[in-house]
Amino acid sequence: MSGGAALSPHAAPHMATQTPAIELINVSRRFISPEGKSFTAIRDFSITVNRGEFVAVVGPTGCGKSTTLNLVTGLATPSAGEVRIMGKKVSGIDPRIGFVFQADALFPWRNVIDNVSAGPMFRGQPKAQAYDKARDWLKRVGLAKFEKHYPHQLSGGMRKRVALAQTFINGPEILLMDEPFSALDVQTRVVMHNELLNLWSESKASVVFITHDLEEAIGLADRVYVLTAGPGTVKTSYEIDLPRPRNIAEIRYTPRFIELSKQIWDDLREEVEISQARQTGA
Amino acid sequence: MSKVETLDTPRFAVGTSDREIEAAAIRAAVNRKRRVRLWQWGLLLGFLGSWELASRREWIDPFFYAMPSSIVGRLWDWLSEGTAEGSLWVHLWTTMEESLLGFFSGAFFGIVVGIVLGRNKMASDVVSPFIKVLNSIPRVVLAPFFVMFFGLGLGSKVALAFVMVFFVVFANAFQGVREADRAMIANAQILGASPAQVTRAVVIPSAMTWIFASLHVSFGMAIIGAIVGEYVGAKHGIGLLIEVAKGSFDTAGMFAAIVLIVIFALSAEWVVTHIENMLLKWRPAPFQDQGH
Repeated sequence: MSGGAALSPHAAPHMATQTPAIELINVSRRFISPEGKSFTAIRDFSITVNRGEFVAVVGPTGCGKSTTLNLVTGLATPSAGEVRIMGKKVSGIDPRIGFVFQADALFPWRNVIDNVSAGPMFRGQPKAQAYDKARDWLKRVGLAKFEKHYPHQLSGGMRKRVALAQTFINGPEILLMDEPFSALDVQTRVVMHNELLNLWSESKASVVFITHDLEEAIGLADRVYVLTAGPGTVKTSYEIDLPRPRNIAEIRYTPRFIELSKQIWDDLREEVEISQARQTGA
Repeated sequence: MSKVETLDTPRFAVGTSDREIEAAAIRAAVNRKRRVRLWQWGLLLGFLGSWELASRREWIDPFFYAMPSSIVGRLWDWLSEGTAEGSLWVHLWTTMEESLLGFFSGAFFGIVVGIVLGRNKMASDVVSPFIKVLNSIPRVVLAPFFVMFFGLGLGSKVALAFVMVFFVVFANAFQGVREADRAMIANAQILGASPAQVTRAVVIPSAMTWIFASLHVSFGMAIIGAIVGEYVGAKHGIGLLIEVAKGSFDTAGMFAAIVLIVIFALSAEWVVTHIENMLLKWRPAPFQDQGH
């Protein structure tokens, strides 16, 4: 499982000279309800994701975590501020982006291989070539024998593997993940974490991983951003200096991990309490 | 229902082998199926038998209510010697042709318009009140208009069957497009799909379940359209046979015509279900009773 040599993004010297993979600069996003009331999801939001960096974003429920990802994909536009990818302002959906959804976003009417080959085929590759690529990716996620299965015939963990293969097959330089493993049971989740780190270390993509699970964030990321209760803005950012390659199942028992968890949790707890009070109070 | 039905298999003594348990379960399932069939045949024969008996003993007036044997006799006459209005096959084929044409054209345009409007919020907002108004017109009142516009032939019946089918299929296709999963659409877009590819790869397949649900109902609608059209004025068709039989107080003939329509409608339903199962084979199998 830990076959690929993990690349520490900070160890690569040439990367400092490049523009960051993702920049959100003083971004706000406001929604107008049908009754004409405005609601601010994120406000003065600024984060930077360097090339090859794995960033996790944690925050209380309803702090606009998913909104930030939609801004990066170009599916939504900011009300103020600017979103840049590789130094260029976002306009529309960038083909260098891959997205793993929280919900099952596989196409239930397509079998596994047709799901995985969807990206290359949408992008105009011939079927035979797309299938070859898809088979290769299915092998990498351990589902070579399941190419003719339909999503409903697979377990939750297997469906997530298909989703990873479907995303990675396009060779994304930027990988956005919106609580991708939150629906999985704890054991499966740990297996998927290792799988993800493995795939990531080979792809060298820049990752934004959104989660409400602090341990997941620390275990996976190089940097963790803590957001405030909505309207969301960055509260603190933490550098996670745990060595790579990491084994998620074991790393959580190391002293440094526990220390980081405590430190970040103290920070996060205040925001969670504010968010809770608002939900029960309102 | 007094007894609570559970999905448990029956209890077995300790040490019963899996094979024995499976065999018992299969036996129970087969027995249950047989019992259901037995009841079904019993109900059918009971109903037909008591109808026949009541009519023969004149508990009910055979002139108005006919009886199964005279209906079968009439069907046999029609098949072997033709009807008073000419060959039975001409009538049957006329009605089939009208309903099939109405069904396919109505379903086709219903699906296309449903998908186009479902994908285009502005257009659908603009035309939705008009569609509501049109939809609230009971379709059968259009029959006389269509006979005036299109004459006594095929055209007026197809037009009526068309409007019967169109709105049902359109409403479902539209709803199906609207219900398409947002995450799935976003996923396709990010994977690189163009708007046309999103429509083809995500929107249409996900609307398919809705569309098929409407096709089951709307084939019956097409037949209603064809037959109502024939009542209003026609030279051929099952509806005409019923009209003629009514004119000569031939109740057996009216029932015989109904039997023909039932056979036609059921065969069409069978075909639709078959195509549906082929196209929607990705769906999980529906929950099945364990046959206890």
